[in-house]
Amino acid sequence: TKLDDSKMAGAEGDDSLYPIAVLIDELRNEDVQLRLNSIKKLSTIALALGVERTRTELLPFLTDTIYDEDEVLLALAEQLGSFTVLVGGPEFVHNLLPPLESLATVEETVVRDKAVESLRKISQEHSPVDLEVHFVPLVKRLASGDWFTSRTSACGLFSVCYPRVSSTVKAEIRQHFRTLCSDDTPMVRRAAASKLGEFAKVLELDYVKSDIIPLFTALASDEQDSVRLLAVEAGVSIATLLPQEDLEALVMPTLRQAAEDKSWRVRYMVADKFSELQKAVGPEITKTDLVPAFQNLLKDCEAEVRAAAANKVKVFCENLPEDSRETIIMTHILPCVKELVSDTNQHVKSALASVIMGLSTILGKDNTVEHLLPLFLVQLKDECPEVRLNIISNLDCVNEVIGIRQLSQSLLPAIVELAEDAKWRVRLAIIEYMPLLAGQLGVEFFDEKLNSLCMAWLIDHVFAIREAATCNLMKLVEKFGAEWAQNTIVPKVLGMANDSNYLHRMTTLFCINALSGVCGQEITTKHMLPVVLKMSTDQVANVRFNVARCLQKIGPVLDSSALQAEVKPVLEKLATDQDMDVKYFALEAISVLALA
Amino acid sequence: MDGDGEGQSRWCLSQVKGAVDDDVAEADIISAVEFNHSGELLATGDRGGRIVIFQQEQESKSLPQCRAEYNVYSTFQSHEPEFDYLKSLEIEEKINKIRWLPQKNAAHFLLSTNDKTIKLWKISERDKRPEGYNLKEEDGRFRHPSSLTTLRVPVFQPMDLMVEASPRRVYANAHTYHINSISVNSDNETYLSADDLRINLWHLDFTDRSFNIVDIKPVNMEELTEVITASEFHPLQCNTFVYGSSKGSVRLCDMRASALCDQHSKLFEEPEDPSTRSFFSEIISSISDVKFSHSGRYMMTRDYLTLKIWDLHMESRPVETYQVHGYLRSKLCSLYENDCIFDKFECCWRSDDSEVMTGSYNNFFRMFNRDAQQDVTLEASWENGSPGCPLKPWRVCTGSRRKRNEIGVDCLDFSRKILYTSWHPQDNVVALATVNNLYIFQEKPN
Repeated sequence: TKLDDSKMAGAEGDDSLYPIAVLIDELRNEDVQLRLNSIKKLSTIALALGVERTRTELLPFLTDTIYDEDEVLLALAEQLGSFTVLVGGPEFVHNLLPPLESLATVEETVVRDKAVESLRKISQEHSPVDLEVHFVPLVKRLASGDWFTSRTSACGLFSVCYPRVSSTVKAEIRQHFRTLCSDDTPMVRRAAASKLGEFAKVLELDYVKSDIIPLFTALASDEQDSVRLLAVEAGVSIATLLPQEDLEALVMPTLRQAAEDKSWRVRYMVADKFSELQKAVGPEITKTDLVPAFQNLLKDCEAEVRAAAANKVKVFCENLPEDSRETIIMTHILPCVKELVSDTNQHVKSALASVIMGLSTILGKDNTVEHLLPLFLVQLKDECPEVRLNIISNLDCVNEVIGIRQLSQSLLPAIVELAEDAKWRVRLAIIEYMPLLAGQLGVEFFDEKLNSLCMAWLIDHVFAIREAATCNLMKLVEKFGAEWAQNTIVPKVLGMANDSNYLHRMTTLFCINALSGVCGQEITTKHMLPVVLKMSTDQVANVRFNVARCLQKIGPVLDSSALQAEVKPVLEKLATDQDMDVKYFALEAISVLALA
Repeated sequence: MDGDGEGQSRWCLSQVKGAVDDDVAEADIISAVEFNHSGELLATGDRGGRIVIFQQEQESKSLPQCRAEYNVYSTFQSHEPEFDYLKSLEIEEKINKIRWLPQKNAAHFLLSTNDKTIKLWKISERDKRPEGYNLKEEDGRFRHPSSLTTLRVPVFQPMDLMVEASPRRVYANAHTYHINSISVNSDNETYLSADDLRINLWHLDFTDRSFNIVDIKPVNMEELTEVITASEFHPLQCNTFVYGSSKGSVRLCDMRASALCDQHSKLFEEPEDPSTRSFFSEIISSISDVKFSHSGRYMMTRDYLTLKIWDLHMESRPVETYQVHGYLRSKLCSLYENDCIFDKFECCWRSDDSEVMTGSYNNFFRMFNRDAQQDVTLEASWENGSPGCPLKPWRVCTGSRRKRNEIGVDCLDFSRKILYTSWHPQDNVVALATVNNLYIFQEKPN
């Protein structure tokens, strides 16, 4: 009735204001959802108010509204990032700073981060003068705030203003950043450490050497390991900035120390960033320093570190300098990899299994057969299903190098075991690799060894497996063709239509749904349709309505004479079924197939 | 060695909070007491799942005589009773522990936990409220849209100060057994929670995952001989934490060494004296509380009869041992029968680590001066002594002849006990809970 009122009132008041008035009032509604909705339409409100009132009334209100729920504040922080035009363009963009400044000090990290992101965005819209007059003072206020929340936010703002300010201001900014790097609270030091790399990128090279390197060294030897581990990533960024001849003196001692840190979390970080590190320091330091460091990480006493390093084995080897790649792998890396294959921790083994196959392309046929194949075979027999699955899912790499036949003897028992694993998620995972395996192993091998498995999954007691098995059949037919389907799987699928278990009879229908398209009109009409039609008299209603759905699905594959002569009478009969679901789906099929 | 040579201590009663009648509702029994990091706020939790926060009055701070006036700042329901339908178990709402977070902005944050669920609360002030609607009056009456000729943006106006407590995070479903400790890490972003068999590490920002850092659950529960009773992070080293056990040992773990801290790096344990061995030995050696000193150099453990101070550099024996109520050694049998022997007493350090405090029975609490090797027994009572008057120390004696301020062991009231204590982080003010009363004492300057 409110809307009606407003329409009637149109003669006196301005009814175009009404929707905006509702939005503004709902900015302070008790229901969070309505407030959130209004905040998300803040641009509509601002547009209606005009740039002047947005600046003088709406923004002051928003600046004070920081008591709200996180989700509202988050939306607000995001909106303000693209508000420049609504306050009158770049000339007035600094009006957005007060609300964003207060949002940058709230306790909720996601809100602060979003406020900082928006501040970074609008910093680009400030003229160089406005940047120094409005933006930089804000950064300084945040950097010297009483609470660490504001100081952490400041850390992310230095790099966006630095390139565009005068050299005096630049010196001040560097000073502020230095102060934050030695802040009392670890939160701020962590924020500074995580922005050190990006700040280094905008600094002049001389200052990188004179300012950033000491900060990096200090943060990398902070008393809290949560700070030290963030310095690792900064080290990688800094290394990319420095000329090769400075790396050894300025960065490497600290990085070497990080790789041997007492805290496993720091070593984990080194392992996790190893590829980036390798690119940053170049081939010579890789050979002299990173290879031994990588060996140590692969042998680390903490499983988390070994797993992180194991994940990097392939990429590290790929990026080794070509002239010595094979030698390094064979003499330094492979011995460690061999030990990891029988690691005590399954996450380590499984991480290795997900990349180890990739080594065969790097090492070539002979080395693969001689050195890697035995490892693959061990992993294929691993007690942990995830390890075996990871090997099987990466077979394509080996296939290219040595062909899969070398492996097939061991592959089969591994696949069979996974196919019968007690955990249905493991069975599901192996089904998903079946089409890939079938393609690599070829149709003969498949028919002989794997076909029966694929059929067995159709009567699995878990629906998700039966469903995946149905989809698997379709993909196999896409690979091997309709003729193969007709000879091998269609008879078996249709045979299940007479099963005493109604769930298996339904599986027949689901398979037909999936297969009719790939098998084509002839097989569908000649072989499948009669079976479906016969099932329309099934005593279980669930089967009958699935017959209706199945007919709807395969209808487009059939020709019109079959539709009219065979499908239509059956559907009409089902449309008079006692069961309302059967009726419903029959009528739906009749209308979709336009048989009425 | 009692420090009551002059017949009175320098401690005096400052305030008593809570009802003073004898009829105490179960829900009103206090179960946690904790000062925040500045001492400006003092939180108590009770068995009814409520948290009451007291604030030190600003104006009285300038008058040294009554600097410790604490008044109610905020009261809220932290936990509600729940029912675990899978295990057919009731989950009590009782607050087991409260821990304040270091202050990060104008608001204050604390963690509170019952047996199963930890919650992060924000306590904030609001002194402005928006005014001005377009389509209704401030009192809620609708304004006819026809009167709408221009848009009105609300404006914030000052209002009476309002303190709000809002739940910010709920860390649930990570503990199979009862949570006995929570402790915030000095890295300001993680905290640990310990139950009988496991310790989990949480990031304050994430409620959907925690990392198990200690797991002492044996494969076969019949082999269980020891449970975790208390745990705390080191105040300065973010990688170090300790946990005490029901067998009286304390293990120090270094999280740098490995992700799962099943291997401790230090084991603090005193060899048992065979001459005092009895049926109760293991029960009374169970650690009820463990607290690092502010300096991080020492750690204090409380068991049933003693308070021990350990140097972190010496695992073989404590550097100091204080008898809290040694006279109860002959009473263990009856204390076992009335279940008092399972009481879990907390302990706390003075701000400069020179003194320690813990509770006892009969509303007595004990203070031990480490430098002077002096100790004193004081009573939390609103009858004996008006605010501002120095407390008279008590002496518990076993003989029959009594002097003033002496009491016989047999006259002690075991239903009146002081389990929860907290020391102001800077000033000489202590807060402790008797059954349903919060007592605040302060020490007069020399």
